Amino acid sequence: MARGRGRLTPYLMILPSGLWMAAFFLIPMVLMVSLSLQTGNLIDGFRQTFHWQNYLDGIDTYGDKFIRSLWYGFLSTVLCIAIAYPAAYWIAFRGGRHKSTYLFLILLPYFVSFILRTVAWKLVLTDNGPILGPLRGTILPNDFHILDTGVAVVSGLTYNFLPFMVLPIYVALERIDPRVVEAAYDLYASRVQAFTRVILPLSLPGVFAGVIMTFVPVSSDYVNAEVLGGPQNTMIGNVIQTEYFNNSAYPMASALSFSLMAILLVGIFAYARTLGTQDVLEAAGR
Amino acid sequence: MSNIDPAFLRGLTRPRMARSTFARRDVLRMMGAAGAGLALSACGVQGQGGKEKVSQTDVQKYWAGKVKNGRLNWANWPGYMQDDRETIKAFEKETGIKVTYKEVIQEMGPWFGKIQAPLSAGQSIGFDLMIMTNGIQLEQCRQLGYLAPLDLSKLPNFQKNAGESFKNPSYDPGNAHTIPYESGVTGIAYNTKYVDEEITSIAQLFDAKYKGKVGMMGDSQELGNFGMFLLGIDPEKSTKADWEKAAAKLREQRDKGIVRKYYSQDYVDAVSKGDVWLTMAWSGDVYSLTSPDVKFVVPKEGGTIWTDNMCIPKTAENPVDALTLMDWLYVPENNVPLTEFINYMPPIPSTQEILKQKAAQATGDEKKDLTRLATSPLIFPSEADLARLRHYRRLTQAEEQEYQKIFEPIAKGS
Repeated sequence: MARGRGRLTPYLMILPSGLWMAAFFLIPMVLMVSLSLQTGNLIDGFRQTFHWQNYLDGIDTYGDKFIRSLWYGFLSTVLCIAIAYPAAYWIAFRGGRHKSTYLFLILLPYFVSFILRTVAWKLVLTDNGPILGPLRGTILPNDFHILDTGVAVVSGLTYNFLPFMVLPIYVALERIDPRVVEAAYDLYASRVQAFTRVILPLSLPGVFAGVIMTFVPVSSDYVNAEVLGGPQNTMIGNVIQTEYFNNSAYPMASALSFSLMAILLVGIFAYARTLGTQDVLEAAGR
Repeated sequence: MSNIDPAFLRGLTRPRMARSTFARRDVLRMMGAAGAGLALSACGVQGQGGKEKVSQTDVQKYWAGKVKNGRLNWANWPGYMQDDRETIKAFEKETGIKVTYKEVIQEMGPWFGKIQAPLSAGQSIGFDLMIMTNGIQLEQCRQLGYLAPLDLSKLPNFQKNAGESFKNPSYDPGNAHTIPYESGVTGIAYNTKYVDEEITSIAQLFDAKYKGKVGMMGDSQELGNFGMFLLGIDPEKSTKADWEKAAAKLREQRDKGIVRKYYSQDYVDAVSKGDVWLTMAWSGDVYSLTSPDVKFVVPKEGGTIWTDNMCIPKTAENPVDALTLMDWLYVPENNVPLTEFINYMPPIPSTQEILKQKAAQATGDEKKDLTRLATSPLIFPSEADLARLRHYRRLTQAEEQEYQKIFEPIAKGS
């Protein structure tokens, strides 16, 4: 009897989260897959016809938006690493007893609503705003503008998702045993060598986690492209949003969502295989 | 769970049924596949069409037992009410109905997207009165039966005071579901600080010298109409071939980099600040919201005239109060202050006379403002102006899908 209950315990423990996932992840997923294969319109209703063409039509019509989303996702992720790594490094190794204060300062702007922060960028980047206003016509040509271009969108994305890169890198750096670094110096490593051969490999799992946490939401974001972008900067998230909420084209919106999910999953999987945690740990063990 | 294709289920099950022994995993896998198949083929979304005809019994049935609750939630567009809410305050004082007023409507497509799900489920959308432009989404609301049938006997002031052209419109025969709030014109606004020539024509929106400085509207009907005007096509009589020609022109304009952005409401801000120099615009917005440097013109090729309508969502909690407000706004004296602020065409012709009288009694700046208003061609357009204005084309369900497919992707960069 006691043994029987013991065997059941782990299942009972995952029951709440299992039910949660089933109710709010699995069931909606199945419904969405179903919807993505239907045809029809709002007035006459949608019927299941196993219309796989929805997927081909979606890729055909909006393929360039998929590519643009992945490209913006890539650019923002690289920028995030470039900005976040030095910051996290400085806080972890030079932050002293104020570490948590510095982390709090990085997170502080994120207590303000996502939309509001993005609109603030719009105000800063506007043609006659505080930055471009004085520069245009003097240093920069008169028709120069940033707002409503890809530069504005990528900047906004990078800014909005920066903490998701800072925090995991910080955690990875913070966990490095200082004695390991000291050992490197004892073995006559230069500062550069100690960084490239000890600190960097040990922090890579943090970078890896950061990349997943920024690249996925950035690629499917639609707010930044909507607020900061122009007609040439539409991302796949905007298309899905319009198809779903404006046009009530539920099958097309669902098909596009699943295509995006598949592309991101394949991308992440390939990334994990080439630069996965396994290899990272091996590199660290060397 | 009704419309499962039997052939599909057979396809899923047959080959495995033929095997004599089942491994446990196979059975499980099969059950999983069949379950997924069931789920996949279930849950088609029910059609809701065919409810647009309204009879007197429908009206009676809807209004039976509905009483005044003393409160009202009103969804409107920005710039459609005085900043100090003067008109609402007057209404509250006179009727004792408390109004909660929200400027939540920016563009018809997204608004319809927001209200569609609760309305189709028969739930309240939190508003008792909303302002919808005649066009694709209003047509859908009517056809889907989302709007309360209006009891015209409770709208005596509308019957008495509304202009003839505002009664019985083609988009809502017999005012079965809507009565006008006001009408306006889609034309061109330009900032005279940056544009040093006179703008008179849609062709100037396509001029390469304004590269990156032109704003267009994202709404597919507004955008499509301007493409058609440019080509000399009357949108009301247009065909699919015309739409394709217009779409090609609009794409060319976009791909040359002339269009900076496709706007919903925020063009007002952009043209005032100089982010765009000239843009498609709605007449009253320019009159009331933008800086004095911004001018509005009805292009010589033509402009769109549209009507924003008051209507009651079927699931409203306070429909009687909403109906009371609708009729109250048709008392000319109640409506005049609204027109003075929002600067669109009022549905009550006697407004012009009242404004003229007010102007005669006023002095100084106020007299100048009122005279300008009472004689403004944008608010009381001349016959010649009216002749250049066109309505949105009414689209059948099939046409609408074609139309959207042609124009919708332009603003999305496809």
